[in-house]
Amino acid sequence: MQTEGRSRKLLRIHRDDDVLIVVAPVCAGDQDLVDGHEVVFTQNIAIGHKVAARDIKAGEKVYKCGVPIGSAKEMIPAGAHIHLHNLKSDYIVTYTLDKDHVSVK
Amino acid sequence: MSPSNNSPTLQGFLRSDGRKGIRNCIVVAYLVECAHHVAREIVDSFRGQSVHLIGFGGCYPNAYADRMMNKLCTHPNVGGALLLSLGCESFNRHRLAEAIARTGRPVSTVVIQQTGGTRKSIDAGKTWVEQALQQIVEVPRAPLHVNELVVGTVCGGSDATSGISANPAVGRAFDMLVEQGAATIFEETGEMIGLENVMSARAVTPELGHELKASVEKAAYYYKQMGHASFAPGNAEGGLTTIEEKSIGAYCKSGDSPISGLIKPGDIPRKSGLYLLDVVPDGEPRFGFPNINDNAEIAELIACGSHVILFTTGRGSVVGSAISPVIKICANPETYERMSDDMDVNAGKILRLEASVDEVGEEIYRKVLEVASGAQSCSESLGHQEFVLTYKSFDPIGPACLPM
Repeated sequence: MQTEGRSRKLLRIHRDDDVLIVVAPVCAGDQDLVDGHEVVFTQNIAIGHKVAARDIKAGEKVYKCGVPIGSAKEMIPAGAHIHLHNLKSDYIVTYTLDKDHVSVK
Repeated sequence: MSPSNNSPTLQGFLRSDGRKGIRNCIVVAYLVECAHHVAREIVDSFRGQSVHLIGFGGCYPNAYADRMMNKLCTHPNVGGALLLSLGCESFNRHRLAEAIARTGRPVSTVVIQQTGGTRKSIDAGKTWVEQALQQIVEVPRAPLHVNELVVGTVCGGSDATSGISANPAVGRAFDMLVEQGAATIFEETGEMIGLENVMSARAVTPELGHELKASVEKAAYYYKQMGHASFAPGNAEGGLTTIEEKSIGAYCKSGDSPISGLIKPGDIPRKSGLYLLDVVPDGEPRFGFPNINDNAEIAELIACGSHVILFTTGRGSVVGSAISPVIKICANPETYERMSDDMDVNAGKILRLEASVDEVGEEIYRKVLEVASGAQSCSESLGHQEFVLTYKSFDPIGPACLPM
């Protein structure tokens, strides 16, 4: 099985990936083990969203499905939610109506 | 684990060009919408038998439609063809009939105006199909190896689950097929915007890489002219952060193999490997959207020789196709529960953590072999034989597109 952590809520799609996909709702306060780090989630994370599979340095390319999906805007610790606030496209700026939309804090 | 341990030799229908079919059907092809009804009446009287309806509705000539019909009527899954002409349309029925006859397949043309109208044409067509069905039973069988298969993939009715379950699983199945020497075809350049550099790096030559990149740029321009947005706010809500990430959904069906070529509708890969099918017309947009629906893409994959189509869906598509079986891979576990009669593979298991991407990839690979050896896919057993062909225009591919 390609899940990581104890919760079995985090799915690794590709061996080269820097992100894990949330496949069951994660709640603020949940604890898990990601890449050897004990992680406490600080927010709810919805299914389909992603968290860091390892500590990612600012400026590093971030891989999902074996493909770079952008670069880290800041240092992203293992287990942290990855979204508009800490990942940017290397192709074109992502426009959204309102970033609070995705309950990114 | 290794697919070589379980890649059996199948039996194929041997055609005069050396290709082998996994089906042996008669196609009834109307050459203008005015002949559609007669063609359908003929096909309907052979319900449950291998008689498929295809056709081109337009009355004005179109080189792309000509080529598509030629490639479809001489597809290895096709044993013979009946052409239905009204009599005054622009489609060159003589050239098509001659091309089919040259392959040794039984072919006949019913011209409705000459035959005496609807009823007589239906009767004449039915009589011909009856004898053609008996004739094609005699088509020689020959061992068919996995390395002779051409497999295409398409996605439709996608949702947020498609890109994280069914599509990566198809990518694994594609890797296994390529490893076994099969040719695999992926497409949807319009949904790969942002990944053109990543994709180009996988090309077997730098020149091909340049062509791959150009095909995505062409798609980006074309869709912009069509007013097609790339990244909608709803995508971010579903957890997608960048255009690259969104494009992964379609792109990851290609797996990890090197990309051996860029083809256009009707180009048939003659060697093993992974090919990108460029479905976006060349030149300024003229006839509207590149493909009006999923079946237009499926028809193009089949015209490129695909024996089988792997169709991934999250929201739940039900379509099949004329000529080549469609295997449906459902990405969303809830959709699968609701529509399981239509789904061949439940990739939603990945999201329920009941199977890994690799395991579902292997399941898809095995399903391809099962269907290639004659087992019906769900859409086939339900009688789905959708077909669409519209106007388009393409320039031929350049020399850099097929380097091997």
